[in-house]
Amino acid sequence: MPTEPIRILLADDDEDDRLFFKEAFDEIKINTKVSLVNDGVELMNYLLDKGNQLPHILFLDLNMPRKTGIDCLLEIKQLAFLKDIAIAIYSTSASDMDIEETFVQGANVYIKKPSDFNTLKKILEQVITINWQYQTSGLNRDNYLLSL
Amino acid sequence: MQIQYTYLGFAEIEIGDALSSEGMNELNTNLNSYGIEIVETQKSILVQKIKDTIIEMVNMEERLTTSNSAYLSEKLKQRYGYLSLVFTEVTYTSIENFILLQKTERAKQLISTNELTFTEIAYMLNYSSVAYFSNQFKSITGITPSAFQRIINKRREMSKTNE
Repeated sequence: MPTEPIRILLADDDEDDRLFFKEAFDEIKINTKVSLVNDGVELMNYLLDKGNQLPHILFLDLNMPRKTGIDCLLEIKQLAFLKDIAIAIYSTSASDMDIEETFVQGANVYIKKPSDFNTLKKILEQVITINWQYQTSGLNRDNYLLSL
Repeated sequence: MQIQYTYLGFAEIEIGDALSSEGMNELNTNLNSYGIEIVETQKSILVQKIKDTIIEMVNMEERLTTSNSAYLSEKLKQRYGYLSLVFTEVTYTSIENFILLQKTERAKQLISTNELTFTEIAYMLNYSSVAYFSNQFKSITGITPSAFQRIINKRREMSKTNE
């Protein structure tokens, strides 16, 4: 694993979910730096602010007020300088068709929010490990699709 | 010290004869007096070789006749147990996992060309049946090979209409 921390950004309007997410990463033994934003508008401001380092991977909740996760996904995919960020949809369970649709729109990972903390930790660790392989092992990012 | 070496370019040399650990220590001390430090990267070099060999193995046109471990062991002239230990130490993942990941990547690449059937792909990648292939693909990516193919094809159509 890298010596430089893996930069992680979560956009989620639910305070409890943000807390669990942060705690999970505190307990995972991988060097990460987690940043949090509260909704889609904040997310886009964060990404467009040149003062912020871009995340390696963005976790995106779908149901957010002001600007939904899908709206953010579509905007991000239109902006060339954001194209290298891996996008993980982090949402409550959806139908296979909905999941497929987010992949078609450019998401790389789809995570159904698990109900217990240990499962969450395991899933997040798995995503970061695989993401690291895509960052370093020269895998084709166009084929980076993962559903958990 | 009399050491034969070849200059390999930026900050890298290859030493002609293997050095004893005393020799290595002496070289290190001598170089230190010039402010030069030897970076021990033997393990990461071995890991890179393992990765390269796995990628080569997975991308071969013909089916493998030996086991993965026997193939790696023979190609790299090291016991598999040792290779496996070093690999896990450096990458935090196992050789088996890395092979599985690379095989899945190869499968994705073959699926996305739309030229082969899943049965043909399963055969090429040494799977005993197409069902086993589909199951493993699903267990690693969370999506079926058919769903993967649909998504990739839809993305292509979208980028075509956007142009």
